[in-house]
Amino acid sequence: MNASTEKNIVRAEKRWLMVVIGCVSMIMVMVILAGVVMHINPPSNIERTKPQDLHLSAEFTEANLGTRVEANGQITARIVATQFAFVPRCVVLPADTPVTLRLSSPDVIHGILVSGTNVNTMVVPGYVAQVHTVFRETGDLLMPCHEYCGLGHSEMVATVRVVPKADFKPGPDGRVACAAQ
Amino acid sequence: MPRNNRLILAHLWLAFVVFLFACALGVWQMWVRGPLSAPQDIPHRYYQSVTAHGVSMAYVLTTFFIMGFGYFVAETALRRELPGRAWAWGAYVMGVVGVVMAVLSIGAGQASVLYTFYPPLTATVWFYLGLVLVVVASWIWCVLMLVAMGGFKKANPGVPVPLAMYATVANAVMWLWTTVGVASEILFLIMPAVLGFKQTIDVGLSRTLFSWTLHAIVYFWLIPAYTAFYTMAPRVAGGRLFSDTMGRLTFVAFLLYSLPVGMHHLFMDPEHSTGFKFIQMSLTALVSAPTLLTVFTISASMELAGRLRGGKGLLGWIKALPWDRPMMLATGLAFFMLWFGGGGGLINMSYGMNAMVHNTAWVTAHFHLIFGGTVVIMYFAIAYEIWPSLIRRQLVDARWQRLQLWLWAVGMMVMTFPWHFLGLQGQWRRVASFDYSDPRIAWWGPWVVVSLIGGVMLLCSAALFVANLLPRKTAAAVAPEGYAYALAVHPPKRVPAVLNGFWVWNILVAVLMAVAYGYPIAQFFIGDAPEAILHRLSGG
Repeated sequence: MNASTEKNIVRAEKRWLMVVIGCVSMIMVMVILAGVVMHINPPSNIERTKPQDLHLSAEFTEANLGTRVEANGQITARIVATQFAFVPRCVVLPADTPVTLRLSSPDVIHGILVSGTNVNTMVVPGYVAQVHTVFRETGDLLMPCHEYCGLGHSEMVATVRVVPKADFKPGPDGRVACAAQ
Repeated sequence: MPRNNRLILAHLWLAFVVFLFACALGVWQMWVRGPLSAPQDIPHRYYQSVTAHGVSMAYVLTTFFIMGFGYFVAETALRRELPGRAWAWGAYVMGVVGVVMAVLSIGAGQASVLYTFYPPLTATVWFYLGLVLVVVASWIWCVLMLVAMGGFKKANPGVPVPLAMYATVANAVMWLWTTVGVASEILFLIMPAVLGFKQTIDVGLSRTLFSWTLHAIVYFWLIPAYTAFYTMAPRVAGGRLFSDTMGRLTFVAFLLYSLPVGMHHLFMDPEHSTGFKFIQMSLTALVSAPTLLTVFTISASMELAGRLRGGKGLLGWIKALPWDRPMMLATGLAFFMLWFGGGGGLINMSYGMNAMVHNTAWVTAHFHLIFGGTVVIMYFAIAYEIWPSLIRRQLVDARWQRLQLWLWAVGMMVMTFPWHFLGLQGQWRRVASFDYSDPRIAWWGPWVVVSLIGGVMLLCSAALFVANLLPRKTAAAVAPEGYAYALAVHPPKRVPAVLNGFWVWNILVAVLMAVAYGYPIAQFFIGDAPEAILHRLSGG
């Protein structure tokens, strides 16, 4: 490294700075491409609810929880995350099909991931967390609460049962439950 | 030789004793989480321990170390009397009272909310009050650092503020900005709730305010390590600092870009839009620049030193460096671990990709590598470097110091490798126990035991570190002379005013913060922001 004059040093630092700018720009370009072209964005639907009234709301009443094929064909699983369980404890979803998970909390902060997939979101009281995904593998996947929600946090684990598309048979009301699969 | 050595030692000893205690808790936590049967395997004990571990490491070790080291730098780099000694002692006492309050609250099981709080969970009021006292103590330190630099500039018009002090004041200024977030959260949201004036809390707002603090606090911890890279390691290596200007720019860049980026902790949160997440992601990408510049500048400084020592060829200079000196060794190990910790960080900040790792053991691995592998290992090196001038005696044989540093680095790699790996497999965070009878995760067990082995190595290293610092009656006395910081290859005679102070940069920080956090905070005051009912974890 030539450091005989301040000029040499500034030149060397500038050259390295270009390399740094190049690296950072490359990362940014990849992130933007992933976001715009492949639609890999963080879950960010700002959708407010009242946590106190969640059980009275239209969407997260007990009878409405679990998997349902909507009138427009969209498949949605609605889950309440509460100290220290998910309701329902198991949801069925078809493989190789676009599906939507919608979660909310009536009490404290929770969060979910589904093991072996990139499904991940925080569940913050006052908001509906929504994730779109396509499950590629079938089987019982773990869906634990991954955010500290109190002393019983470790007990809070649910199951996502991914079944082959052909085996996913909604009832006449469009609903599917784990017990039936 | 610092005249305030008692003040400095009081800070550093408190930091290191608490650190050793927190290391022991960390080992027990990994033991409980693993497949081996552990004593006291009860969830509420686990969360008590995690809270104590986090508070001790993140708030106590760091704050007291940084304050103590700051007083050392102010005195030795400026070669002036430390202003406001009584204030410094007052702040210390206040901080100690705060630590005692927080520790007792946690010990009584009234504050198991972890060091990141998680409202609507709330702890006893004494827990928050204790932490407020620690923060207020650190604010007094910030003011003292600013006063010390101001005094130097007044007495030496036109003379550049020594780089070590410039870095320390950059940290103080950054910390004042950083704490605005958490202080607002505690004072305006948590306190009214804990004291019973309110029964609900705006969770989105409190998370957003905490995120304001959550990234910059890491740079608060990190800047002393960088200060050592720039102003201590090059001299210890037998050379000089490649570029003083680059050092100043690096610390300015930390001040600018560590603040408007905290929302990268909230990528998976539903209360913020993709737009602001994207803006803060872009700013987060920029914060990698000062670190990459540092890697270059310090490596170049080391190459100069290695060649001065007779190193030849493309890489021969590396071998010629004095690796037997603790500061040199620690710098090398810290750089090595910084590649893994920093690389993991780039993955975490990559916006949508964060979904792959958010709240998995991968993140735990990432911040333990940055914190333990870069921050704390340099705290060790700094302590070894300045200790003789503080206790006025030589330390034990450097062999024990090298053993301690190696043990720490190897332990850190052994502990964090399984975490990274299991995190990618979906091992989630903050649980007291896993159900290893579940065939889907049974194979995780042996890997958790490997990380426990790493943790035991870290605990041994921490104990050896404290033992190494104990003064020995037989050790040779040290002649009283000032501490010599590394000189630049071409020491600056004058520097532009913007690189000798912080006014311009403060204005820029304000602008950046307004852009990055203005609307994300304002949105909670627009319309009917949802509030969640409090869940009080404390009995009283």
